[in-house]
Amino acid sequence: MFKQFITLQWKSFFRSASFGKSVGIKIFMVLMGLYLLVSLGALGGTLYFILRKLAPTDGPMWVLSQFLVYWVLGELFFRYFMQKLPVMDIKPLLINNIPKSKIINYILGKSVFSGFNLLTLVTFSPFAIVLVVNGYPVWNVLVWLLAMLGIALCANFLNFLINKSDIALGIIISVLVLFWGLEYFEIVSIQQIFGPIFHALYAYPATIFVPLAILGVLYFLNFRYLKDVLYLDGALKGKAKEAKTADLAWTQRFGEMAPFLQLDLKLIWRNKRTKTQVWISLLFVFYGLIFYTQEIYANMVGMHVFLGIFMTGIFLANFGQFIPAWDSAYYGMMMSQNIPLRKYLESKALLITVSVVVMFLLTIPYVYFGWKVFAVNTACAIYNLGVNIPVILYFGSFNKKRIELDQSPFGNMQGTSAVQFLVMLPVLGAPIILFSLLNWLVSFEIAISVLVGLGIFGYAFKSKLLDFVTQQYANKKHVMLRGFQQKNG
Amino acid sequence: MIGIENLSKKYGANTVLNIASLEIPKGQSFGLVGNNGAGKTTLFSLLLDLIPPTTGHIENNEVQVNKSEAWKPFTAAFIDESFLVGYLTPEEYFYFIGELRGRNKADVDALLAQFEDFFHGEILGQKKYLRDLSKGNQKKAGIVASFIGNPEVVILDEPFANLDPTTQIRLKAIIKELAAEEAVTVLVSSHDLMHVTEVCERIVVLEKGKIVKDIETSEKTLKELEAFFAS
Repeated sequence: MFKQFITLQWKSFFRSASFGKSVGIKIFMVLMGLYLLVSLGALGGTLYFILRKLAPTDGPMWVLSQFLVYWVLGELFFRYFMQKLPVMDIKPLLINNIPKSKIINYILGKSVFSGFNLLTLVTFSPFAIVLVVNGYPVWNVLVWLLAMLGIALCANFLNFLINKSDIALGIIISVLVLFWGLEYFEIVSIQQIFGPIFHALYAYPATIFVPLAILGVLYFLNFRYLKDVLYLDGALKGKAKEAKTADLAWTQRFGEMAPFLQLDLKLIWRNKRTKTQVWISLLFVFYGLIFYTQEIYANMVGMHVFLGIFMTGIFLANFGQFIPAWDSAYYGMMMSQNIPLRKYLESKALLITVSVVVMFLLTIPYVYFGWKVFAVNTACAIYNLGVNIPVILYFGSFNKKRIELDQSPFGNMQGTSAVQFLVMLPVLGAPIILFSLLNWLVSFEIAISVLVGLGIFGYAFKSKLLDFVTQQYANKKHVMLRGFQQKNG
Repeated sequence: MIGIENLSKKYGANTVLNIASLEIPKGQSFGLVGNNGAGKTTLFSLLLDLIPPTTGHIENNEVQVNKSEAWKPFTAAFIDESFLVGYLTPEEYFYFIGELRGRNKADVDALLAQFEDFFHGEILGQKKYLRDLSKGNQKKAGIVASFIGNPEVVILDEPFANLDPTTQIRLKAIIKELAAEEAVTVLVSSHDLMHVTEVCERIVVLEKGKIVKDIETSEKTLKELEAFFAS
């Protein structure tokens, strides 16, 4: 039986839709995965020395222990969003001659091998090796590593239990904020409280039984819960949210564009992938803080242009690059209707325009870092409006990969092809190179003017550009339709 | 109304459809039958310019469908669930199609009122998105959406599949009523020989992409078709 499950797992992995992707994307994903593993490994390897430098008087293990409580809470936070128990996979097994308890053990056991648990192992193993090399007792370090893995698994199983409730998420966030606040304002030192607790896992190997016991309890709770809900009308029932009819009558003022605008707004708001992308886009306003605050970047104009284009154009990039694949599921219907293709594109252009303006307004506070930052951001916003919107719409006509709207956006490469990488060259690369060159050869003011000028020029010829793009979409209609029909493309 | 000349569709060396000539006069109710892979959906997709023909062309009311889009205002279709926008409620979907076909909300509401029986209280006001409806109910919504805006050509691919018996009977009545109107040409494909013979004046049998039978429906038609498919 166990062997059967393993082969099933093997096939589901190698035959999955994402695995059947084009070679380019496969290589890209493998590289990204390796990069993540290597950086985490490197972090683990150098952690010892970082901690040494941070607190020369205390032992690195002692310092690390103080922060582990945040690590655990942070892990829970991310798991909440990114990890779900794949209960749906077992539907075909239910009516077969397999005891229910075995099915549950299979699905729970399977989750042990998820990437999240690997994360802990990859980070802390190098750290443990460095510890041993530096003369820490091998036995203690090994047991500690095991305890860390145990804690990761606890988080794994705790997540499945609390995953359905937003209240749990609220609690995690409030605890995180509360702890940080208490620490920051020196009311209570959370690190002083939790430090010794986590350190005990290293100092007294016998304490390993605590996380293991918690793990056992959590596993049992999961088991009992699943046993009760493993029915078609229980956990296996697809969640159907109550639909709210939206009128959006205010869009009527946009005339012929109105039906498409309404459709696009509903598209974004009612589908997981698009909705999450809106939130992610908004969060990217803070991206600038990472760079503007560092002195090395203070005089790198190229970096500033990158930030300007990126922050004001994040939605343009995220949403725009997949036009019209967002509508891929019903593109056949759209193409058999009497729709003005141009209005369809104009509606998308309008949405992106609004997003650029909103993002620009949100970046205005960065004027705090100097008027140059503000000038660059303004120029970039105008460039995005005038040039990048038609460019991204044009590149959209090369899209022919289907997107399933109701899937999570995290690590979701659906709809991605070489187009998505190519489009970044003109959208991001061109303005950065152009600006840096002009700034270097002529002056900052000229560079700004050229970027603004190009933006205004593009905006003035918007109608002509859109005509051209519309023609392009009409020409590619059948190729798109064919591509969009392929479910596992 | 619809004229087909030397139409063929090939994928590589594989010919999936090859029709030398076919005329469907205005107002006819036209039934298309054939086993899986006979080319029914291919023909309908060609008719809607969803796929390009390899050779030949189709004319819809004297408009060549792969050259001009002027056929769209008077042609409506429901091929499969991919014609539905999953994240809309049925009402929103009807209004959306209505707007594309130049009908306002009041027009659409008036039309929907006629289909209250057909909906059987399972479509309107359900607070569900189309993606959360059952297959049968999705089909009902799609079929009715294809009636919005008084189309002159209505194309329905397998409309009877997935419907419950009551709805099948009601749908037959609806199609008959539609076909009785002089101006409306209805094209229906089906695996259910009984249903098509009941609603269609003319039945064409496709086999491996070719027309093998073209019958004007009479009392003998059902027997004839059954004999054909049994052999």
